[in-house]
Amino acid sequence: MSKIKCQCGHDNPFGTVLCERCGRPQTEEAKESKLVDMRYEGAARRSQTYKRSIIDKIWNFFSSVKIGISIIVAVLATAAIGTIFPQKLYVAASTEAEYAAYYERLYGLAGTIYYKLGFHDMYNSWWFITLVGMLGTSIIIASVDRVIPLYKSLKKQRTKRHPSFMKKQRIYGEGLSEDPEAALIKAEEKLKELRYNVKIEDGAILAEKNRFSRWGPYVNHLGLIIFLFGILLRGIPGFYVDETMWIREGETRSIPGAEGYYLESKEFIMENYTKEEADEVFGDALERVGMIAKNYQTDVALFQTPEGGLPGSDQMDFVKDYSIIVNKPLKFDGFNVFQMDFRLDELKSMTFQLTEKATESSLGEFTVDLTNPGREYELDNGARVILSDYYPDYDGVKDGEPVSKSPIPNNPAFIFKMVTPAKPEGEMSFVAIKQTLETEVNDYKVKFISAETRDISGLTVRKDKTLYLLLLGGIIFMIGVSQGAYWNHRRIWIQKGSNGELLIAGHTNKNWFSLKKELDQVKDVANLPSYEDRQDKESILQDKEVDKV
Amino acid sequence: MGLASLSSNLLFVSFIAYLVATLFFGGAVKGAKSEATYKNNRWGKIAITITVIGFITHVGYFITRWMASGHAPVSNMFEFTTAFGMMLVGAFILLFYLYRTPSLGLFALPIAIIIIGYASMFPREITPLIPALKSYWLTVHVITAALGESILAISAVAGLIYLLKNIDMTKKSKQRFWLEAVIFTLILVVGFVLSSSTFKLTGYEAEFTYIDKNEQPAKIEYNYPPLFGMAGYESLTPDVMTPWAEMPPIVNAKTLTTFVWSVASGILLYLILRLIFRRPIATLLQPFAKKANSQLMDEIGYRAVMIGFPIFTLGALIFAMIWAHEAWSRFWGWDPKEVWALITWLFYAAFLHLRLSRGWDGEKSAWLAVIGFVIIMFNLIAVNLIIAGLHSYA
Ligand code: HEM
Repeated sequence: MSKIKCQCGHDNPFGTVLCERCGRPQTEEAKESKLVDMRYEGAARRSQTYKRSIIDKIWNFFSSVKIGISIIVAVLATAAIGTIFPQKLYVAASTEAEYAAYYERLYGLAGTIYYKLGFHDMYNSWWFITLVGMLGTSIIIASVDRVIPLYKSLKKQRTKRHPSFMKKQRIYGEGLSEDPEAALIKAEEKLKELRYNVKIEDGAILAEKNRFSRWGPYVNHLGLIIFLFGILLRGIPGFYVDETMWIREGETRSIPGAEGYYLESKEFIMENYTKEEADEVFGDALERVGMIAKNYQTDVALFQTPEGGLPGSDQMDFVKDYSIIVNKPLKFDGFNVFQMDFRLDELKSMTFQLTEKATESSLGEFTVDLTNPGREYELDNGARVILSDYYPDYDGVKDGEPVSKSPIPNNPAFIFKMVTPAKPEGEMSFVAIKQTLETEVNDYKVKFISAETRDISGLTVRKDKTLYLLLLGGIIFMIGVSQGAYWNHRRIWIQKGSNGELLIAGHTNKNWFSLKKELDQVKDVANLPSYEDRQDKESILQDKEVDKV
Repeated sequence: MGLASLSSNLLFVSFIAYLVATLFFGGAVKGAKSEATYKNNRWGKIAITITVIGFITHVGYFITRWMASGHAPVSNMFEFTTAFGMMLVGAFILLFYLYRTPSLGLFALPIAIIIIGYASMFPREITPLIPALKSYWLTVHVITAALGESILAISAVAGLIYLLKNIDMTKKSKQRFWLEAVIFTLILVVGFVLSSSTFKLTGYEAEFTYIDKNEQPAKIEYNYPPLFGMAGYESLTPDVMTPWAEMPPIVNAKTLTTFVWSVASGILLYLILRLIFRRPIATLLQPFAKKANSQLMDEIGYRAVMIGFPIFTLGALIFAMIWAHEAWSRFWGWDPKEVWALITWLFYAAFLHLRLSRGWDGEKSAWLAVIGFVIIMFNLIAVNLIIAGLHSYA
């Protein structure tokens, strides 16, 4: 495409609105408008210039801020819909049928529709992920489309601008000056004092400060992109471990996801605030709500199998003791182990007594370990009990057979064979909590004596290599927004006109109030002509009224 | 005097100070010729001095309560909302020193007063922290997020002034309707405070048993006459009214009752005001906004968003993620409160882009600022009370 040659002699790229050097308007539209659009300095942008091929069309689509905003609003609306009913994640169910039933039971027809449309798993749905992907694309393309031309034209701008450029600024004033030379010198001094970078050329001043704040949006967009990229990486295996483990007091288990590491649970502790320690400060609150939890904690020891150790060998090296508390995870080798959940008082073992029914006399006691039960228990006087069958989570009899719901000893039931000197062939007895069944009337029975319980800790194991990338994205984003938000790019132009008058113009990307404050100071010192903020109609009117009075 | 009671007295002092300062800002606005200039008048100086005194005692409340409980007082609805009111005043003071506009004070302080009044309707006793909240990230996260939100809220105040000044209330229009709706909402909050205090003063209590949504028996206490009953309710207190209707288990009938009572008293209050003045309430407020300079209000609105947005991002998203990672092992869990923080953030991002690239300034921008405040309040109130999640302060 051909270059556009400005009257000042500068060759501008095709599509330029304001000459990169002198600022003269190049298009008819810009020549006619009262105020010029200064947003990208009138530089040529790809999206505004090329509109033909498919690539151009895609580029222009994503580079449009209108589209960008639509995408943001779409993500926002989708996210909001996802909060109407609880997400799948927070529902205690495991099969699709159970989920469907849950939404139906609690929310009726609306719940069923919500479930059917997939809104119950909104944030993993393909359309939500697609929207976020489009958001990322849009940010990248829109930024590239603008940052390069903006950079070039800010670099090329000349100190002396054409009067047509000055006249089309939002802040503009002109007037005769008694001594323009002296005014310029005083203005220069004052501007420097206000920490402007001042350039002088041929009776013209360009004072500029905080240009770097113009890069703020691009820096923050870069931060967002890094963040989104980090999220993308979590899909790749190895970058992200997320496992749960349940561990009983006294148990040692391998840590899922962390090969070679083992954890021993020594004790699970749960505490509530007590009246005494809470003293008068918390007294009222405890009175009102009753119990308030104070602490959940699992005391553990961490072990590691030595490197090069034989597989299958039991050798483990002690690494450290630690108390895992909510908000204080155990950390090792990039892994974090969190206290997430607990179950109190799981049955650990049960102690029974073999009794002769007629005399109520004992033939001895035995203890069944409920997670790892023994098969035979030798008692005194040649008696023994054989555990023929064991149902840790007994759930009644189905098809003539007792069944267990799960391997967790919530409701243990046993079939014992009692072998005694009097009945060497043995008697069978079915024993469950609070019931005993016998196929024929026995002489002996197994009597429940006591049970021991222990607590289980629910721990979550995490390893997340992308966290640092996410943090980096966050930090870059913060630098970018601060740069764009707390500083603003201000420019003041002062120059001599052809007939000894002075022209002043000002531009800032935001915070016009402060620009005007500074300009006022310069004006007072250097006796510059007064100016108007052409967007503040009320003040202009008021000034006129004041003039009339 | 113990620290705890010293703390509540300080809060009371600041509440009174804000009331008095509002009057002085009124005087300052009356005396000002126009507000495009950045010069102070005497009333304005007195007003800001009283505001600063109120703010200092408010901070005094915050610190003494912190010392009394041993943790930052941002751990329940009362504490959080009061802190939010405090930061709103702080944000106002900051912007006042940048722009010196008494109009802003005349509107910002009453809103802070309503917020503090609203806060004190919640149980005020000091509660100990549950394990999940025991982290210094709680302090850092909540304080920064509230600070960001309060600065963003100032943009809504500036927006409201802009709208009051520029919307023609003599002709029927969409704008007129919605502006009146905004004022009506503020009156609803006042209605809630009034009705709630009335029943509190009379010491009303009604206890019920009911069946919760996990089909477990539970107990609940109402502070309002029970219009709606919880699922399977049975009254424990003799001589209270029988609820009109029994609600399904997912509906918290107590919240619903409170809500209906507040709305009803708000409507009543609004109707009384309409009967007395015989015109839209917004027109009563308009004279107070007349002196404000539109361009300046527009700029203050934008500036407040520009200052608040980065702080909000840091507090409500970045610190929140860091804390969530320490406490719940994942930095993001799509919990409703989290999602609404994200929505707020996206909304303000859209706001900035609309302004920057689509030239949405002036009235459009003012509406957006007001909507932003509504979203923030929705997150503070509705999400906490209705959509219960991990964050719920219930
Ligand atoms: C959630 C996502 C986004 C955030 C948080 C964000 C943030 C920002 C911020 C804070 C600014 C500076 C605004 C100001 O100074 O008033 C900005 C500017 C901008 N953003 Fe975004 N943005 C996001 C998405 C997008 C998207 C999708 C587009 C694509 C069209 C986009 C295009 C732009 C443009 C063109 C600018 C102006 C740049 C300039 O002044 O030179 N942004 N963004």
